[in-house]
Amino acid sequence: MSRKNWFAWLYVTPLMLVLVPFFLVPILVVLVASVLETDGFGGLIPTFTLANYVDVLTSAQTFHLYSATLKFTTLTWLFTLVIGFLVAYFLVFHVKNQLLAISLFLICTVPFWTSNIIRMISWIPLLGKEGLVNSALLGTGLIREPIEVLLYSGIAVVIAYVHQLTIFMVVPIFNSMARIDKRVVEAAVDSGASRLDVMRLIIIPMSKSGIALGSIFVVSIVMGDFFVVKVMSGGGSASVVSAFYENVGVLQYPIAAASAVLLTVVLIVAISLILRTVNIRREITQ
Amino acid sequence: MRPGHGDIELAGLCKSYDGITNVVDGVNLKIPDRAYCCFLGPSGCGKTTILRMIAGHEDPTAGEIVIGGENVLGLAPVERRTAMMFQSYALFPHLTVRDNIAFALRVRGQSRLERYKAVDLMMEKVRLTELADRLPANLSGGQQQRVALARAAITEPRVLLLDEPLSALDEQLRVQMRQELRRMQRELGITFVHVTHTQLEAIALADIVVVMEKGKIKQSGPARDVYAYPRDRYVAEFLGGQNIFSGKVEQVGSDHLVISQPHRTGIHVGVQADRRVGIGDRIDLAVRRDDIELMRATSGEPGGGATALPGRVLAIEYQGSFVKVMLDTIPDEEFIAYVPERTFFQDPFNVGDVLLATWSAGRARILA
Repeated sequence: MSRKNWFAWLYVTPLMLVLVPFFLVPILVVLVASVLETDGFGGLIPTFTLANYVDVLTSAQTFHLYSATLKFTTLTWLFTLVIGFLVAYFLVFHVKNQLLAISLFLICTVPFWTSNIIRMISWIPLLGKEGLVNSALLGTGLIREPIEVLLYSGIAVVIAYVHQLTIFMVVPIFNSMARIDKRVVEAAVDSGASRLDVMRLIIIPMSKSGIALGSIFVVSIVMGDFFVVKVMSGGGSASVVSAFYENVGVLQYPIAAASAVLLTVVLIVAISLILRTVNIRREITQ
Repeated sequence: MRPGHGDIELAGLCKSYDGITNVVDGVNLKIPDRAYCCFLGPSGCGKTTILRMIAGHEDPTAGEIVIGGENVLGLAPVERRTAMMFQSYALFPHLTVRDNIAFALRVRGQSRLERYKAVDLMMEKVRLTELADRLPANLSGGQQQRVALARAAITEPRVLLLDEPLSALDEQLRVQMRQELRRMQRELGITFVHVTHTQLEAIALADIVVVMEKGKIKQSGPARDVYAYPRDRYVAEFLGGQNIFSGKVEQVGSDHLVISQPHRTGIHVGVQADRRVGIGDRIDLAVRRDDIELMRATSGEPGGGATALPGRVLAIEYQGSFVKVMLDTIPDEEFIAYVPERTFFQDPFNVGDVLLATWSAGRARILA
């Protein structure tokens, strides 16, 4: 190997030291495990088989799990997108004072000052049958009976996700919006654009990369999560990951691995679809 | 709607951001229809604020803006029929050249076919046809400027407002695009209001030059008037090309005054009808650098009525068509003579030579 090549390898070594043991090896382990047989007690038998994939792909349960997960993902994505976009828009275009903008930005991170578990537990006194929301609604006379679906339901799952993930939309959208030259907006107004036109033709297209990045965060986190679903739905709903968590619990490693590989493929497809709408590389290097 | 009636009248225009200091402080100005008007001043003098108020991007604190006989305060830019070309152009980075220019027509609800027809005509006019599908990031500075110009002109405004349109270009291109602007102004037949801090740009382009300082108009008028007959020291210094110094009036004659200075005496100035001065008054004088003749101290006194002041040559700069000679004629003030190149090289001076700087009384002007 020439001297020049040695240096090239040296440059990528730190990255490789992280990527190989913590990313490449685990993926390979999962891939290998997914095509092996099990003895039913956690042991793997080194015989090649595609039965695990056949099981996963032909099971009606897989279909139900994916449709449930996709429903949560879509709803969460929609709400975080709308809320995140509006928050970022407000921070960038309406808060003139930079100090105020930074403090408001920090307020957006408040949900992260406590652990995920505490955050979810905190929803119980709020959304529960005798929680604040229900007592307020009862107090104003809007409802006669407490609404029970607020907690331990799909609604609760989506609320918890939105609460948890909106910041992942706010940050990248804020970032791409902050780079919009205010004079460009003024130039649009000068050309006779209404507020709606400015939003539709200038701000949204120019925030596209931020929207795409935020969407990737939200979609991949929701699709890879099982904890929020489990806690907030009170065990009423399941997700793709919760299913293979169960499999691992009963020592069915190969089938869990096959499910994991399937989820990875689905996520890769989803992310590449998102990336097709925007040239991230250009946006980042700009 | 046709262009025309693009005459602008500013009356008592004031703008204050903090309620204490006025960025624009009582500006009164009339710009005739189809004129090329340049606002000239250092940064922070309020010239851009005036432009933005005419454009409708900012509201005046007090005063009126009348365009084509109608008060436009409170109207949107489109209703004013003004268009603005922004500093560094503010092109829409995600739209092609064609869509940038078509933007105003698009938000007016014109169909794609309709607006592209108009845009193609406009692109031909500013020679952008081959670049129609490029994004602004892939254009040179001069091309970007042409897109900005076309984008502003597509709405057929009666007034085009240009905020430092040439500052983003390099020197050579600036001269080229300067001509382009003038050509477009003539072709479109509308009023141009152009903001700049470069005096060369202003006098080269403008029918009317407006010199500003700290929110106030110092002098306005045809380029030549402002350059050759600056009203006060500030204008003279800002436009350049003048030697400026102050002195005390010693004598008042029928056709000239005699002025003295701590270091120099016997400076003659022609009497100006619009300036009343008495003996003992302190006044500022300006003499154009190209009106000064240099002669060797040994070659005798100049003719009657002329001022002749001795001075030592401090530096000499060759400028091509003329030579810039710096002298210590008036201590503590810059004193420069522009000598035509041919004249200079008939008998070149050297640094350190003692010369007489002479000019006739009529060439010196009293500044306010």
